Amino acid sequence: MKRIGEPILTADAISLAFGGITALNGISLEIRRHEILAMIGPNGAGKTSMLNVINGFYHPQAGTITWKGETRRHMRPYQAAAQGIARTFQNVALFKGMTTLDNVMTGRLLRMRRNFLWQAIHFGPAQQEELAHRAYAERIIDFLEIQAIRKTPVGRLPYGLQKRVELGRALAMEPELLLLDEPMAGMNVEEKEDMCRFILDVNDEFGTTIALIEHDMGVVMDISDRVVVLDYGRKIADGPPDEVRISPEVIAAYLGEQR
Amino acid sequence: MTQGAPDTFPKLLLEHARLRPDRPANREKDYGIWQSWTWAEVAAEVEALACGLSAMGFRRGDKLAIIGDNRPRLYWAIAAAQALGGVPVPIYQDSIADEMAFVLDHAEIRFAVAEDQEQVDKLLAIKESCPLLETVIFSDRRGMRHYDQPFLHDYAKVQERGRELARADPGFFRGEIAKGSGEATAIILYTSGTTGRPKGVVLTFDNIMSAAQNAISFEGLTDHEEVLAYLPMAWIGEHIFSYAQAYCAGFCASCPESGATAMLDLRELGPTYFFAPPRIFENILTQVMIRMEDAGWAKRKLFHYFLGVAKRVRLPILDRQRVPFVDRVLYWLGDVLIYGPLKNSLGLSRLRVAYTAGEAIGPDLFTFYRSLGINLKQLYGMTESSVFLCIQKDGEVKPDTVGRPIEDVEIRIAEDGEVLFKSPGAFQGYYRNAEATVETKRPDGWVHTGDSGFFDADGQLKIIDRAKDVGRLEDGSLFAPKYLENKLKFFSWVKEAVVFGDGRPFVAAFLNIDLEAVGDWAERRNLAYASYQDLAAQTAVYDLLQGCVERVNRDLAAEPAVAASQIRRLLVLHKELDADDGELTRTRKVRRRIIAARYQPLVEALYSGRPTGRIETEITFEDGRKGRMRAELAIRDVATSLPMVEPVAFKKAS
Repeated sequence: MKRIGEPILTADAISLAFGGITALNGISLEIRRHEILAMIGPNGAGKTSMLNVINGFYHPQAGTITWKGETRRHMRPYQAAAQGIARTFQNVALFKGMTTLDNVMTGRLLRMRRNFLWQAIHFGPAQQEELAHRAYAERIIDFLEIQAIRKTPVGRLPYGLQKRVELGRALAMEPELLLLDEPMAGMNVEEKEDMCRFILDVNDEFGTTIALIEHDMGVVMDISDRVVVLDYGRKIADGPPDEVRISPEVIAAYLGEQR
Repeated sequence: MTQGAPDTFPKLLLEHARLRPDRPANREKDYGIWQSWTWAEVAAEVEALACGLSAMGFRRGDKLAIIGDNRPRLYWAIAAAQALGGVPVPIYQDSIADEMAFVLDHAEIRFAVAEDQEQVDKLLAIKESCPLLETVIFSDRRGMRHYDQPFLHDYAKVQERGRELARADPGFFRGEIAKGSGEATAIILYTSGTTGRPKGVVLTFDNIMSAAQNAISFEGLTDHEEVLAYLPMAWIGEHIFSYAQAYCAGFCASCPESGATAMLDLRELGPTYFFAPPRIFENILTQVMIRMEDAGWAKRKLFHYFLGVAKRVRLPILDRQRVPFVDRVLYWLGDVLIYGPLKNSLGLSRLRVAYTAGEAIGPDLFTFYRSLGINLKQLYGMTESSVFLCIQKDGEVKPDTVGRPIEDVEIRIAEDGEVLFKSPGAFQGYYRNAEATVETKRPDGWVHTGDSGFFDADGQLKIIDRAKDVGRLEDGSLFAPKYLENKLKFFSWVKEAVVFGDGRPFVAAFLNIDLEAVGDWAERRNLAYASYQDLAAQTAVYDLLQGCVERVNRDLAAEPAVAASQIRRLLVLHKELDADDGELTRTRKVRRRIIAARYQPLVEALYSGRPTGRIETEITFEDGRKGRMRAELAIRDVATSLPMVEPVAFKKAS
């Protein structure tokens, strides 16, 4: 069975504001090695902002992030990526004109060691390196069962498959932490079931730690080990799905309070 | 090894490993690359698995269930079971757990090889109800890490154990193979069957090898053929084309990456020998046509022009008739510009022989492929006959026959029109079902196919229907509903057709329009319509369909046996026949009796001579709610064609 380990990432008292609007208000949370953590909350609760802080896209006004024992205020997205944090986006952000295979290969870019010149002449070591990366990309394609669309430009694919390709690109980075922003939005039931299985398999086979944002409560309760609930930029609950489900504060945030 | 020619598949395997050790025997596309195994490598893999199985207690006469998509490892499992004197029993990989339980139980299966987690899960779900099942071997380890049941074994580990055993006792594998003989059971294949439980067809090595060998010499196949193994392994056709004939002739069978990529892999592989049911040829054509609609103006013009040339010129060339010089040049040009590139992009340019069977194929569809220069032919056969009974011979190909009986096959038409055969490929019997065996394979040696057919003037067999559906008109002439319905369905406008006539004075038809095709047709003519029901009731649509039926009638008039079955009256149904309403089976075959009962008032109206029929039906929505639908439908009289030749009357069987 999988062992949930020590915290791999700790966010401490993160606050983020855009002008006068407070998006995150002193949020602390930790993500533990090998777990699947779900972040839920009503619209505008600050879920995506929190992901953006974690992978360095937003810089919080206050608070620190500790990633694998290293504490810092600011991290740039490319640093996050180089250190093993990969993500997918709420609105699919793929290279539409490129094929599935090429999109997945872009996930390998950070791991390519040969410089631009070597790549350009594409000979000897550069070619060897590309072959190795291609082999890895093919493992991902096999894993996600997208062989049939390997050579199809992603712009022509249905939405559900684009989401899967995006997951493939993130996986190609061999991340330690995978951030998924609404991986199941806009999918039908069957596509959701597939995606759930892939997320569980990734977690299981590669041992990847996963933090995801999702609105479908059935999915969240089924697949996550721990749930963090945000509301108006505050954290109102943090614990196993069964505990969070019955927390009065969470019910109030979702259904409103009786006065 | 025994003297003389090899009489089992494992013996053939050893022979190929000796004669052509470095030629490819299997390929599989994996991780985007075609991986191949030579005959020598396959022999080693099969030996390892067979020895491993033996070490786990697999004995002579044991059955080995094989469940999964086409994978070399599963084909090796067939050979391994046969090498040990066991019997492989492939099971349809998409069967639900219940159906699988029936076969496992009925065939008394102790050992199973499953492709992956999905199949293992199904086996685990039914393990309780199949007490005989002892051991499950899985090929793909993905997702299997947390399965700790002691009876689950990894294919690779079983082979590892087998290799150890083979090192300790190098003569074991060959010794076991030498004990096998041609009369032994080679395989049991369960036929799906539209009625009742599946039946296990028992075939010996002699059965399969004689049929496979006869077809190989009929077409002159060599060890350089390429085939794509992509149809279900539990189906006799797949077993014959990708296993039996590959072993007999020594050619290579290649497995696609997955079911979804089969057509892409086809293109990369470029097979020389290919089999597909009509449905697949239809899908390929539809895709070509859709892509051509999106092509530029010039390309589209060129495409349609040369397609016309091909239709006009190619068939006379094939039949060695005189063709004007200009047409020959045009055809040659078309080959350079259109047919060649088209075949290449479909992966059909290296094709020497392609077969279609299983269902009637539309003449237009059939002619399309043939006019491109693809040697597409029809054949007739079934599981009980190890496939090959009739094959069309080059130069004698017609769209509506299935050819003449091949060597060693005898075919007779019974008095009631049923097709009977005798063949060395004829099965031994249904496994543990003596009653059904006697009913099909009579003591006099003739096997009853259950199909109704006749020989045409050239001596080619023509299959018209399942015998039990064939009836009589009031005047005693033959009425074969499926034959008529297929003719109607060849028109793209007609989605479904149901004809009535058994015990009636004439034939009448219900038609279902194809919403997409007729909708498109209506739009091009600026016909407005609000719904399916509205479109189906339009006079213009009725005119369109009446034209189709009249053309069918003209065809029928030319065939004495069915000329009396011309369709006199038709109506277009206001709703699509639907499996949810029980009107079709899940595989989209019409359920005649149920439809006749549900639409009883309309059937009566067809035969009453009234110009309309009124109907109220209950319909089921997709979410399970029910509603009622009321309609008044127009009925059309259709002109029949002359000359009406005196129909041939078959006598009823006594």
